[in-house]
Amino acid sequence: MGSTSSTLLKIPNVEVLMQETGFSPAHMIRLHDRFKALDKEGRGHLCPQDFGAIKELAMNPIGDRIIGAFFCPGKETVDFHTFVKILAHFRPVDKNRPKEPNSPEPINSRSNKLRFAFQLYDQDKDGKISRDELLKVLQAMLGMQVTEEQLESIADRTIQEADLDRDDAISFEEFRKSLEKVNIDHKMSIRFLR
Amino acid sequence: MEGAWEIAFVLFQVWLSIVVGLIVLPAMFGVSLGFTDIYIRVLVKTLEWATLRIQRGQKEQPTLPSQSANGIIEKDDGSMEEEIGELRRSHPKNLVGGDFTMCDAFYFCKKGIENIVEDQVTQRFTSEELASWNLLTRTNNNFRYISVRLTIIWGLGVFIRYCILLPLRITLAVIGLSWLVIGTTIVGLLPSSNAKNWLSDLVHITCYRICARGLSATIRYHNKENRPKKGGICVANHTSPIDIVILANDGCYAMVGQVHGGLMGVIQRSMVLSCPHVWFERSEMKDRHAVAKRLKDHIADKTKLPILIFPEGTCINNTSVMMFKKGSFEIGRTIYPVAIKYDPQFGDAFWNSAKYNIVSYLLRMMTSWAIVCNVWYLPPMTRQDGEDAVQFANRVKSAIAHQGGLVDLSWDGGLKREKVKESLKEEQQKMYSSMIKCLFSPNRIVNY
Repeated sequence: MGSTSSTLLKIPNVEVLMQETGFSPAHMIRLHDRFKALDKEGRGHLCPQDFGAIKELAMNPIGDRIIGAFFCPGKETVDFHTFVKILAHFRPVDKNRPKEPNSPEPINSRSNKLRFAFQLYDQDKDGKISRDELLKVLQAMLGMQVTEEQLESIADRTIQEADLDRDDAISFEEFRKSLEKVNIDHKMSIRFLR
Repeated sequence: MEGAWEIAFVLFQVWLSIVVGLIVLPAMFGVSLGFTDIYIRVLVKTLEWATLRIQRGQKEQPTLPSQSANGIIEKDDGSMEEEIGELRRSHPKNLVGGDFTMCDAFYFCKKGIENIVEDQVTQRFTSEELASWNLLTRTNNNFRYISVRLTIIWGLGVFIRYCILLPLRITLAVIGLSWLVIGTTIVGLLPSSNAKNWLSDLVHITCYRICARGLSATIRYHNKENRPKKGGICVANHTSPIDIVILANDGCYAMVGQVHGGLMGVIQRSMVLSCPHVWFERSEMKDRHAVAKRLKDHIADKTKLPILIFPEGTCINNTSVMMFKKGSFEIGRTIYPVAIKYDPQFGDAFWNSAKYNIVSYLLRMMTSWAIVCNVWYLPPMTRQDGEDAVQFANRVKSAIAHQGGLVDLSWDGGLKREKVKESLKEEQQKMYSSMIKCLFSPNRIVNY
């Protein structure tokens, strides 16, 4: 009765997926429905254009970067597995989870959420946000509203504040340190209502 | 062998006369024998019981807050300013000046991911999910096996819906539509006169009443004094083709639409014989001026019936009203808005044309419990001086959304097919740039 168990079975490796990501069966089904809804041609995987078809995402200044986060370098398609694992970053932090010493860090830990945000800036994935990369993000968020000089002065100021080892770039540790008071769990989590 | 056929034939005749006698004839005269009321009451009691059983079964699991059935994720309602402001307050330097910080990107990132999981536009084109279950497996993802009793009731429900209600409804629909075609053809033979108009109205209304019974539709009309008058334009929110049946049960309208082939074409051609409707060829639809002219001519003639238009241009899932296309608001001055709200408890009336074709849609309708809806006639609105068509359209849209308890969205229903304009992204960038104060004081000296 009800379509839950039969829908769950349609998703390959769903048990493993639920364990890795921590999503509940109901959430898995919703995400699967969403995946299928985005995959308009029913190919079983998503390409950047499928994401681009989401109107609100298309008008998001850093929409392209967010879409890019789903695609591994070199790959042009996203399967459901990867889709869910990326979205798992935005699950609220499990406060009641016991800290097992040998288990891998959960995908939605505070550190991993920060790392996701860091990678939005660090597009060449060299572990540092260079001045250039920061400029590119600022340009995306501000578009035609500012001049080159204003962008450069903002970028300079930001690096000066956060860059502790004076290498003119922001490493992940420096990034983390400058944002340590931000309530990451609240600001980088999405709660399912049901 | 012969005997068996005879018995079957007799049974069929008995069945038909019961249907005609108890349903069709009272329907035509607008009389209700009270069957539908009893049916709905029994249904409501059963569904309440089913909901309680499910809630009891779910008590072991932590209960989630029951929000409106419109969203699946919690969205912060704050504006860009509030959200980014909060992010910045937790920055160690506590920049009161409101400058760029790296956590500003978090706001856009979260919004982007939220939209990937659920967006306002696509959401309106999928059926509304119910918080409780109405014994139709199609309406909810969350429910699993709870108890034997519930399964039995559900099974009974399936039997009733498919084996008893469905044949009955199909019979009624066939009778209704045949009556429409035959009746209008006969009336069409008469010369133009008041009697002809009166008969034409009679045929149309009785047919729609039979069709309404064919869907077990219970319709409540509010504010009948505002009903659309001749020479006016009636404007309503669109959820499904059934909207036409719902509205035409209480008044006669001139329909507007594209010429179809097949059965629809037959119906369209015969309808036009008895009273003027406005059917467009596909090629005519492209020419906006030709369309506008034909509609203008129609409403200029005060003896013709009010035209019925659905300005959203497409079926929306009845939780919101999307942008009204301005075309209908440029033609004439007096608009009669009507709000239609279906009660999803008894059956989801939304036609997801991407998912179902018209036949499967109608089958789904006829195997739902019932269609229960409210229709509000709003007072007529005219375009004010200095107001352009778009503003007028938005004003009417807000009135309809407000009355029907629907969300008033500014998204264009056509967006489900087109790309978003660059200007929307620029608006976001503009809003964000206003939050970076240092941009507005170019002479600020940076001191470290």
